[in-house]
Amino acid sequence: MNITMLKESLAQLNIVTQCRRYGLSLWQCPQFLFVVMGIIIIFTSIFSYLLGVHYIANVETVIFIVLIIAIVLFIISYIITRSFERLAEASRMKSEFINIVSHQLRSPLTNIKWTFELLTSKDLKVPTGKVEEYMENVKENIARMVELIDDLLIVSKIEQGKVPISKKEVFLENLIKDLIERYRIFSEASGIELNLYFQEQTSQVFTDPSLIKLVVENLIDNAIRYTKGPGKVEIKLAREDKRVLFSIKDTGVGIPQKEQGYIFQKFFRAENALKERTRGSGLGLYVCKSIIDNLGGRIWFKSEEGVGTTFYFTLPIK
Amino acid sequence: MKKILFIEDESVLQKAFGDVLQQKGYKILSALDGEIGLRMARSEKPDLILLDLILPRLHGFEVLKKLKEDPETKEIPVIVLTNLEKMEDINKAIELGATTYLVKTEYKIEEVIEKIKKIIG
Repeated sequence: MNITMLKESLAQLNIVTQCRRYGLSLWQCPQFLFVVMGIIIIFTSIFSYLLGVHYIANVETVIFIVLIIAIVLFIISYIITRSFERLAEASRMKSEFINIVSHQLRSPLTNIKWTFELLTSKDLKVPTGKVEEYMENVKENIARMVELIDDLLIVSKIEQGKVPISKKEVFLENLIKDLIERYRIFSEASGIELNLYFQEQTSQVFTDPSLIKLVVENLIDNAIRYTKGPGKVEIKLAREDKRVLFSIKDTGVGIPQKEQGYIFQKFFRAENALKERTRGSGLGLYVCKSIIDNLGGRIWFKSEEGVGTTFYFTLPIK
Repeated sequence: MKKILFIEDESVLQKAFGDVLQQKGYKILSALDGEIGLRMARSEKPDLILLDLILPRLHGFEVLKKLKEDPETKEIPVIVLTNLEKMEDINKAIELGATTYLVKTEYKIEEVIEKIKKIIG
């Protein structure tokens, strides 16, 4: 474990590899520029020291002045390279974003393309009675693409700070009950009991219903998908002072300890989630967190691998 | 009848492509994840394997590596059929012993069938 960590830190010192990661030439690469600046600072310091010694009698004063100049130069260069680094990282993330999105769009697209080829081919014949099934497949895959594009549009709005919020009085239990009904068939088919527990009149909040719906939908969907075989999903609503506390507990695969810190990051998917289900954009929980933050609440979770996960969020009542 | 093992988690492709291959006179064995795929390759000894890379439970590269390590399965030709198109993925698959590498969106079904015919007849 320690050796791997040491290797990782040593790899970070390898400037050429780091620069290659950004896809930039050496003279545009922040780490390389930082080293060059460092060398310039060292030489300027020595040079000014020599000059100073030559012209000023008091050596201590010279050393002090040179040191101050060196520190100031160092701080400035650090700030400059940091901002360069951020830009380079942003550009790298953007291309990674495009990579992931294009791959995720390609899968349903291939399904549609090949099914259509089959339906329209002169040489290949669709088995009798299967045309409807094939058309249903096409419909399903179009829905998958629409879903992904909707998620991406929300993410883009979130990142530009343009999520429209229209708050009104919402009875959370009604909103959740409707969603549970919609998920009933899916949960029963997966052998999962889906229940809501709440105290009367506790969940009236002033918030944006369509955004909250999106959050709860995402959390229910995850809870069912990542619970394998017979299991339980319990949703609870409770009032806490000036807030409403929502929780959803599942008996699913859980989130591995070492990956818990990344769970709200865009595109992140835990290793065991990837193994269970290759589909999934890794955008759901990122969207949930951004929405809850925007509505003045807080979202968090407790999880144990192989045992289950509970997600919580709070919302201010007014 | 030649047997083809199709390891692919998209059930739509499994069905559609499976139907076509059957029409062309092949026997199709389906596996929806990497682990099952590997197990079926060992027990069924197919004449050819069509392998996706992004698979649940066991990644396609792992499946390929294990197939090529096992003396009983290493001679079975493997066509990697995926949507990953990075050069490093293609190189890795070929290095691990894939017979050929096809990016799904770039090929028509008929073209994939042609490739299969060329390899196993």
